[in-house]
Amino acid sequence: MLTIKNLHVKLEDEDKQILKGVDLTVEAGRVHAIMGPNGSGKSTLSYVLSGRDGYEVTDGTALLEGEDLLAMEPEERAAAGLFLAFQYPVEIPGVGNMTFLRTALNAQRKLRGEDEISAGDFLKLVREKAKTLKIDAEMLKRPVNVGFSGGEKKRNEILQMAMLEPKMCILDETDSGLDVDAMKLVSDGVNALRDSGRGFLVITHYQRLLDHIKPDVVHIMADGRIVKTGGPELALEVEKNGYADILAEVA
Amino acid sequence: MAVVQTKQDLVESRIAALAMPEGKAWAKVARQDALARLRAMGLPHRRDEYWKYTDPTSLTQLAASRAALHDDSDETPVFAAIDRLRLVFVDGVFDPAQSDDPALAGVEIMRLTDAMAMDLHWARDYFGKLEAQGQSPVARPLAALNTAFATDGVVIRAIGVAEKPVSLIYLHRDPSSDAILHHVVRVESGASLTLLENGPAAARFNKVMEVSVADDGVFDHVRTQGRDHERRAVTHVFARLGARSQYKSFTLTANGVLTRNEHVITLTGGDASAHVAGAALGDGASGAFHHDDTVFITHDAERCESRQVFKKVLRNSAVGVFQGKILVKPGAQKTDGYQISQSLLLDDDSVFLAKPELEIYADDVSCSHGSTTGAIDETALFYLRARGVPRDVATDLLVLAFIDEAIAEIADARLAEDIRHRLELWLGRRRQG
Repeated sequence: MLTIKNLHVKLEDEDKQILKGVDLTVEAGRVHAIMGPNGSGKSTLSYVLSGRDGYEVTDGTALLEGEDLLAMEPEERAAAGLFLAFQYPVEIPGVGNMTFLRTALNAQRKLRGEDEISAGDFLKLVREKAKTLKIDAEMLKRPVNVGFSGGEKKRNEILQMAMLEPKMCILDETDSGLDVDAMKLVSDGVNALRDSGRGFLVITHYQRLLDHIKPDVVHIMADGRIVKTGGPELALEVEKNGYADILAEVA
Repeated sequence: MAVVQTKQDLVESRIAALAMPEGKAWAKVARQDALARLRAMGLPHRRDEYWKYTDPTSLTQLAASRAALHDDSDETPVFAAIDRLRLVFVDGVFDPAQSDDPALAGVEIMRLTDAMAMDLHWARDYFGKLEAQGQSPVARPLAALNTAFATDGVVIRAIGVAEKPVSLIYLHRDPSSDAILHHVVRVESGASLTLLENGPAAARFNKVMEVSVADDGVFDHVRTQGRDHERRAVTHVFARLGARSQYKSFTLTANGVLTRNEHVITLTGGDASAHVAGAALGDGASGAFHHDDTVFITHDAERCESRQVFKKVLRNSAVGVFQGKILVKPGAQKTDGYQISQSLLLDDDSVFLAKPELEIYADDVSCSHGSTTGAIDETALFYLRARGVPRDVATDLLVLAFIDEAIAEIADARLAEDIRHRLELWLGRRRQG
């Protein structure tokens, strides 16, 4: 599904290398987790894959189902099936959540050469998806993320994911700012989307999210590289001993 | 001294090119008084403080500059779906044939020229009077010129709740037309009226509207100024508001070489409220664009509320100006005054000039003002794009969101929806064009 090879990325405005050769393959139907200390490059990886400005790829490739992600505009990546659940979902005053969802859904359909969804079908779909995430009609009417609590923002991200039905989902520290109940709700939402055709890359500091979203593969990232890869037990090791032991081991 | 002389010379040559319309004795007196005011003030000049950001030359010169006619046959006219009483002006001349019969329950409507040939007390009480009061502390010579020489217009008196909006439609058919229209609106105690205006009106348009709202009256005003690129317009609204009255005005402007919209509003009775809002979209690529909102709100009674919300979206060397003032007179305690002017600059070439002012002579008031200039929010733009919305669509969505605070000032939801829909249409067409 997602194939990253030897990815090198620096900041556009300064001579600072962030990613120093990332190799990673996420297969359809699998959940990969990336853990790592602050500043290891986890969030940068998610931004570069989704096409945010400010980064320069100096070497390497990233393919989504064989297509060159790095050559596409952010909206084309989305239409191709990539979804990033933001660590800090953006507030957009003046744009209603429903308008936002409908515009996004129809824009992707248009980019893929499909017909727009009818108003009736859209309404039905959004109500059904919102209900399982406990997002009420009031939240759908409000401007995107404006005045939302941390938990509401993250639930709203998952709602977007559920509506857009991407092939490859990247979750950037989706657990940050969530209490236990909200984490369960968000995880249930993500788990409901797990299927054989969809890949997940879950970026997190802590093991606790992985109690709810059980990964197939866990990677440890440090200083711009994947330094260790293992099964779910690797996350438990991090939880118990921190990163220091692992980093010392691979150094 | 040289400027004063220039201004006097300007006014004399301008006056010489105009003819004062006929009317009853009271009308003649009102016209002559206005002419005397104009002579004393002289025409505005670039060196005047009040015209520092907007060059009045094309508004004061003898003849109107040519303005190509804009073909807007590709869109449904604004307010088309609204049930309203239509009064049509073609290049500044009332056209009865295209207009509805001006009979409306709760409202008296008459052509200005007819009213001036009669002794209509309410027209006599307000024509030129509100304009004259609005000449202090700042001179507005083009409004005095209008009172002296306006050739047409309507007088409207609401005595009850108007059955439907009165809609003034300004068609532009002659590329060198020069129109001077003057309207008088009186909303009697407890009455309510919605006035709609749309269209470019003429190559050059000078319009004055005097609005008197009695105690407990409600006046709503929504206008769009037409899409003609080369038209020029200077408009003044002079309003006086009685106790507990409510006044709301919204203006949408897209295109126009030069637009100067002045609002001069005085809250004279306690607990009155005045909201003035405007949204301007200017693109210098299709011709020069210069839009100036000049607002002067005077609080002269207790517990009144005023709100100014002005938004401008500018690109390709478009220029936006905002001069807004709140004056709180001695004794106008518990005043609640708010003013916001914001511009969204879509490139590095556009300019926004803002002069917010507060002048307060009462000690128990709450007044705030703010002005911002900014580019499109890149973070929001990326968020939208990451969800699959192309850059241009996402930009327009953010533009609409930016403007919406001004549109939200329209009281009637159907009218607000009409305006929103129109903006989406324009932006959508621009994307495809």
